[in-house]
Amino acid sequence: MADKKKSLGREFAKGIIVENPVLRLVLGTCPTLAVSTSVVNAIGMGLSAMIVLVCSNIVISCLRKIIPSKVRIPAYIVIIASFVTIVQMIVKAFVPALDSALGVYLPLIVVNCIILGRAEAFAGKNSVIASAVDGLGMGIGFTVALCCMATVREILGAGTFLADAQNLLVLFGENTLGGFNGFTVIKDSSMLKPITILIMAPGGFFTFGILMACANKLAESKGKPKAELKGCEACPMAKNCALIAKGESCSEKEDKEAAKV
Amino acid sequence: MTVYLQILMTAILTGNFVLCKFLGICPFLGVSKKLNTAVGMSAAVVFVMALATAVTYPINTMLVKNNLEYLQTIVFILVIAALVQLVEIILKKFMPPLYNALGIYLPLITTNCAVLGVVLLNITENYNFAQSMFNSVGAGLGFMLAMVIFSGVRSRLESCDVPKFLQGLPIVLIAASIVSVSFMGFTGIVEGILGL
Repeated sequence: MADKKKSLGREFAKGIIVENPVLRLVLGTCPTLAVSTSVVNAIGMGLSAMIVLVCSNIVISCLRKIIPSKVRIPAYIVIIASFVTIVQMIVKAFVPALDSALGVYLPLIVVNCIILGRAEAFAGKNSVIASAVDGLGMGIGFTVALCCMATVREILGAGTFLADAQNLLVLFGENTLGGFNGFTVIKDSSMLKPITILIMAPGGFFTFGILMACANKLAESKGKPKAELKGCEACPMAKNCALIAKGESCSEKEDKEAAKV
Repeated sequence: MTVYLQILMTAILTGNFVLCKFLGICPFLGVSKKLNTAVGMSAAVVFVMALATAVTYPINTMLVKNNLEYLQTIVFILVIAALVQLVEIILKKFMPPLYNALGIYLPLITTNCAVLGVVLLNITENYNFAQSMFNSVGAGLGFMLAMVIFSGVRSRLESCDVPKFLQGLPIVLIAASIVSVSFMGFTGIVEGILGL
């Protein structure tokens, strides 16, 4: 029993640091770059994705012996899309400001590779409880990585921290925490001005690059390999890919074509 | 006509899907190492985007008519997935040369957020059919432009002496950020050219 608890704990912890989906597995890069302009948006996105991840992991794990492996991917997509629709409706009803802030990125959780990737790599093979714990760990890891990026971008780029916190706190009623609505770190009148480019598109790539370099440095000091975009192996569609079936990968094909030229 | 040109040019330049809206980052980082694979992948994306928009537009009209808008996400992703599979089979059977050029990228596109993204954006922008088609083709061409430019940048990057801690993915992201800065320079160009 104690052994089982320990392994569940490890399943949970690995998603947060050792196998952080964003910084170590390089999954879900699109929402990471897009919604990390403010910490409140990042938390909202992270929590929405976590709910979808946990629920879809549980259902997929329950159905893993019923779903035939040939129609596995479409079945997973239907399950994930249903939960995304539910989350979308809940967010629209209870936190409407967040819905308009996240915009099209909220329904796009469907194609977030973290969720399909975990379904394929973990929930389709493991027990219900382990899958739920894995989903929770991965979801928290995703939220933490998003918040790290958003903190840097919001403080340096907009000069605020947790701005528009009421957008999320509205869940607990009007004017929670005395109407707390974020701090102003850099005042507009001061000598230092916020670096606006950091909350625009280029700043997203730049911050992510620097954060990735830090994560790599940290991993190296612990003797772990660097995070790399694995291309085909990390892709959730890998098993449906015509190239993989032939025992090749995109990068191998690239090399072969280069050799031909 | 100006409206269509505006939509097309905005989608390609100022509202570029990869560099301004962060949609389709995975293939942008993953398949942009060599010019020919970058072109192949983006040609497949243009093709699927146009096809997906043409198919989902009537479906959406039907959903709206029956007050079933909440089914949009689930219906669209299934339609796109089925469509991609169908196109793959048809190409394999009837057009082998085209299949060899695009086919291998098709399964990867099913879960590409750019394709679902363009379909959903067409709805939130309230575009009619022609406007949606122009927006989708523009988004696809913008994706292609970003991929081609970035594959050039990356081939230069390979011969550079990069500091050790930035090697690999970090320097690729920072290079992408600089390409993105250059796209910010297009701000206002569409209105300027069309005289709006």
